[in-house]
Amino acid sequence: MSPSDTRPPALIPTNGLVFLGVLAAVAVLVPLLNLTTSPDAAVHVPTYVVSLLGKYLTYALLALSVDLIWGYVGILSLGQGAFFALGGYAMGMYLMRQIGTRGVYGDPVLPDFMVFLNWKELPWFWYGFDLFPFALLMVVLAPGILALVFGWFAFRSRVTGVYLSIITQAMTFALLLAFFRNDMGFGGNNGLTDFKDILGFNIQSDGTRAVLFFLSALALGLGYVLCRFLVRSHFGKVLIAIRDAETRVRFTGYRAENYKLVAFVVSAMLAGIAGALYVPQVGIINPSEFSPANSIEIIVWVAVGGRGTLVGAALGAVLVNYAKTYFTSGFLAPYWLFMLGGLFVAVTLFLPKGIVGTYYEWREKRRPPADAAGEPLPDPKPAE
Amino acid sequence: MSDIETLEPAAAEGAARKTLTEALLYLDGVTVTFDGFRALNALSFTIDPGEMRAIIGPNGAGKTTMMDVITGKTRPDKGDVFFDGGTTDLTKLDETQIVTLGIGRKFQKPTVFESHTVLDNLRLALKGQRRALPNIFRRETAAARERIDEIFETIKLTEHRGRLGGALSHGQKQWLEIGMLLAQDPRLLLVDEPVAGMTDAETAQTAELLREINANGHSVVVVEHDMTFVRDLGVRVLCLHEGSVLAEGTLDQVSANERVIEVYLGR
Repeated sequence: MSPSDTRPPALIPTNGLVFLGVLAAVAVLVPLLNLTTSPDAAVHVPTYVVSLLGKYLTYALLALSVDLIWGYVGILSLGQGAFFALGGYAMGMYLMRQIGTRGVYGDPVLPDFMVFLNWKELPWFWYGFDLFPFALLMVVLAPGILALVFGWFAFRSRVTGVYLSIITQAMTFALLLAFFRNDMGFGGNNGLTDFKDILGFNIQSDGTRAVLFFLSALALGLGYVLCRFLVRSHFGKVLIAIRDAETRVRFTGYRAENYKLVAFVVSAMLAGIAGALYVPQVGIINPSEFSPANSIEIIVWVAVGGRGTLVGAALGAVLVNYAKTYFTSGFLAPYWLFMLGGLFVAVTLFLPKGIVGTYYEWREKRRPPADAAGEPLPDPKPAE
Repeated sequence: MSDIETLEPAAAEGAARKTLTEALLYLDGVTVTFDGFRALNALSFTIDPGEMRAIIGPNGAGKTTMMDVITGKTRPDKGDVFFDGGTTDLTKLDETQIVTLGIGRKFQKPTVFESHTVLDNLRLALKGQRRALPNIFRRETAAARERIDEIFETIKLTEHRGRLGGALSHGQKQWLEIGMLLAQDPRLLLVDEPVAGMTDAETAQTAELLREINANGHSVVVVEHDMTFVRDLGVRVLCLHEGSVLAEGTLDQVSANERVIEVYLGR
């Protein structure tokens, strides 16, 4: 037996170092090239690209949150978009309250849509959102509490596999319908938009955009480190064990439902943070973010990048969304959904472990067998 | 062993049953019905502290259902299941609570954590903190490492510790699973068909392993079809048929029993 057997795997493996290195470089270079170079320079990054890349980074964090539960616990959530949207709405409510008298109707307290609906006072659940720290708290608490309540019932009743996927889908669909209603007090169909500033800084300015971009990269990096920390702890080993043999875990004395619940809540909170960073960069949040198709798309990103690899999830989110931007702006635009579907089918058939998973496998084969017992690779089964 | 000698060869139901307070495991009149089919029919038997017992019986005799009832996977329609001298009613507890009491179970189909290393499999099984949040920050203690090394010696998988559970051979998986049970340090081990699919040499080694575990003070209940293996174990045998006890005694006594021969050979 070699001493390396008992050494725990590194917190940040080599591929993680590469990932964090690239992320750090992007986080610094993109804002720098946007702010310090003249618009005519060859290396200049236009502001719209900064916001676009910033959006990709929040999607990458969202994908990471899905990979934590799908890749490591086997929970195929088709409602992750709901947690993302809730985080986004919490941020959007703060941004709405910052508009103040600059709105079309000039009401100092009520957002425009409430004046339009002839409401006389602010609903109770809008209280506190004028305070940034309170809004930040809600960004993690709203998705976290929903995940806690939903997960508590689902996992305790031992709803697993495809049934769990269906009820997560139903959850996000129910929220979609609820948020569409004007009576809900979240702006109905139009959602929340026309934001002016954040913490006193103009939300449209290049500087604010650059800071938001940097924060998105930072959140993605920290989210990655947090997920790595979780999955390589004893707790994380139990999660992987649950994915592979839940009954055995129960008969080993662990309460599988509690482990799932903790992972599900952490994942929902990460998705909420992603949503909160997304909203100021795209400038709007509306109920379509709850749409079931959005949540399914996240699964495609993770599958393309490589389920159960964390880095792959982030990579998949960026790649698929870049492709989406590229193809939906040209003559291929009407065919994008077919391409997305085709991509998912192709990845399932030819790259079942995704891009990063396939790369690991290839590297493992080239390595001499004596050293083959490094970090155990998760072996995700097809969607359960 | 003297009480076995005094047994009537033909003694069937209720033979040598201990009272509630003496027994480690006490089943009385346990009945389980699935869609009108009686998987267990007023099943009664007891296991002494420190005892190893083999349970045999044709397919459908109710062996696995019996294990399901003891481990909380199935609730009986009728009857009592008590643990630890009648202090604990197992029918009121769920799987995890029963495991925590000290009843470990090995399934018929070997189930190890396939994408974890053999070492991590034992780490997960090792008796200790089971709650989710404290396990995020848990560090392995020196005592835990020593205990794991000991178990590796017992199950003879030391040189495989770095391999993935899924990469082990069928026999090795069975031993790993027995090792995982040992790591939980249960008072009672329930072992379902441990030698199914094993070679003769592996079967003999498994019998040796279970005897060693029993000698270290663990009570063991083994369900098995393989008569050579049951003979190797050299323990009292309980024969089930149609959900109740058909015969009980040494293997020779049980296999000489008219009714057992009838059931097995279908005369």
